[in-house]
Amino acid sequence: MLKDFFGKKKKYATIPSEQGKLDVPEGLMKKCDSCHKIYYRKEMKKNNNVCPNCGYHHPLTAWERIDSLFDEGTFQEWDKQLTSGNPLEFPGYEEKLEKDRIKTGLNEGVVTGKGMIDGQGTAFSVMDSSFRMGSMGSVMGEKITRAIENAQQEALPFIIFTASGGARMQEGVLSLMQMAKTSVAIKRFSDAGGLMISIMTHPTTGGVSASFASIGDYTFAEPGALIGFAGRRIIEQTIREKLPDDFQTAEFLFKHGQLDQVVHRHDLKQLLAALLMMHQKGGNNT
Amino acid sequence: MKQVLEFEKPIVNLKEKIAELKNFTKDSEIDLSEEIRTLEQRLATLEEDIYANLQPWDRVQMARHRERPTSLDYIDELFTNFIEFHGDRYYGDDEAIVAGIAYYKDKPVTVIGHQRGKDTKENIRRNFGMPHPEGYRKALRHMKQAEKFNRPIICLIDTKGAYPGKAAEERGQSEAIAKNLMEMAGLTVPIVCIVIGEGGSGGALALGVGDHIHMLENATYSVISPEGAAALLWKDANLAQKAAETMKITSYDLKQLGVVDNIIPEPRGGAHRDIKQQAVNIDKVLKASLDRLTSLSVDDLLEKRWEKYKRIGDYTKME
Repeated sequence: MLKDFFGKKKKYATIPSEQGKLDVPEGLMKKCDSCHKIYYRKEMKKNNNVCPNCGYHHPLTAWERIDSLFDEGTFQEWDKQLTSGNPLEFPGYEEKLEKDRIKTGLNEGVVTGKGMIDGQGTAFSVMDSSFRMGSMGSVMGEKITRAIENAQQEALPFIIFTASGGARMQEGVLSLMQMAKTSVAIKRFSDAGGLMISIMTHPTTGGVSASFASIGDYTFAEPGALIGFAGRRIIEQTIREKLPDDFQTAEFLFKHGQLDQVVHRHDLKQLLAALLMMHQKGGNNT
Repeated sequence: MKQVLEFEKPIVNLKEKIAELKNFTKDSEIDLSEEIRTLEQRLATLEEDIYANLQPWDRVQMARHRERPTSLDYIDELFTNFIEFHGDRYYGDDEAIVAGIAYYKDKPVTVIGHQRGKDTKENIRRNFGMPHPEGYRKALRHMKQAEKFNRPIICLIDTKGAYPGKAAEERGQSEAIAKNLMEMAGLTVPIVCIVIGEGGSGGALALGVGDHIHMLENATYSVISPEGAAALLWKDANLAQKAAETMKITSYDLKQLGVVDNIIPEPRGGAHRDIKQQAVNIDKVLKASLDRLTSLSVDDLLEKRWEKYKRIGDYTKME
């Protein structure tokens, strides 16, 4: 009887159709954006959104990043309620913001605050590219500026994770000026002996790459992250030449001396903890 | 040949007509002086009307005018004994930025400006005024020197943007700009920035962190070119004219947004019509700026610079 049961086993396997392969049920499964292997979402998440097969670093949301780095229950958020005006009266801007607020549960593309990493306090900003592509407008500039000021007042280091498509078009020149504003804050903080660590994640481009992202005392990037000032298409059109595949990747920048290290996500917490440890009292070891 | 901008065509047409009539009366018996007078009056009102109602896109054209005075033109007019210095000491000399020292009202100052060309040959040499990282590093080297010798810094801004090229990225365009922003924030000498033509995004800002920011009336200052904005926002670069309006990039817009301190008036028809007059207009504002800034202590200067930038932005607190 038991034998019969085994004997009835089908001699063929079902091969999912091409369409079926693409239809990964949202929520339960997650397909790697790079090698296209399918994993349980839970499994991927446990691995910090790094593909267990090919090591591709998928973006983390701001809160996923905070959870992955900070000692449990130590993170305190700052300025959560700040939200954009519409300085240019740009048609449709308010609706776009509202849509992304609902989509992400955030009020802006950056979360700032302070917390403990392996028992050491630090001020922190993390950008979230799912909110208006992490673009920088007035609120992002103000929140980051305040976070730096708070760090200075509380004698804390300042760590920033960047993920941004650049300036927020809908705020025009005011978004450009946030580059200057944050830079002035960083200069004051730095002159007062503050430690700033910048970690560029995918993508860090345009105005964000050309301001605070690039001027940490230590500057790192996650593997494969796209980092650059001008967009690839614009450069290709300007110089009329095809750019290499690895152009503007973290590895490309590292090769050209623009980064201290390219750091795997699994090693980040340990690296940050070590750096914080080596810079107690503003790095003054005497 | 003189470059005629789109919105100026009616004026040019009418001028041609008047010239024709004048020519005609020279060789003929018929008296057309009455007609000519009427036409000349019409021309005056037309000019008045057009130049008093310049649209953002008209100003974009004006800021990009082939004959518009460049940094070196103004340096000639405003300063004496200008000595240019070259090179960033790391890689090369970027001719899209000029830098040097000169006298302004008998006091030494450091002058740095974007430099574009007025013809193809010079534009190639100057890379159309679009700097590479070495240009920004040269600028910073001179700013640091100004700080050491306690000279005020005057930056003339006129660029479409930092050059979007392969080599520029390899040599750290982002870092070069970012470094300038940060270092300018802390320089202990007065910095006066004047946007004389196009203020194109981060490439302009890298010479643009200062105590006072002034803008020529028909200059533009923007996070992205109107063409770029149109392509990005509406996927159609042909909507540049609309983008020029939407993005709020004129001197009047920037004054209203609290970014610019003073608008420097231009002669009717633009700076290129009368560079001497333009220089006089700039001189007035520059002198007032420097008088005020040089009277401040270093602490006050830096504190005010910080307050100036800290204020910029538009946000509210949600309940």
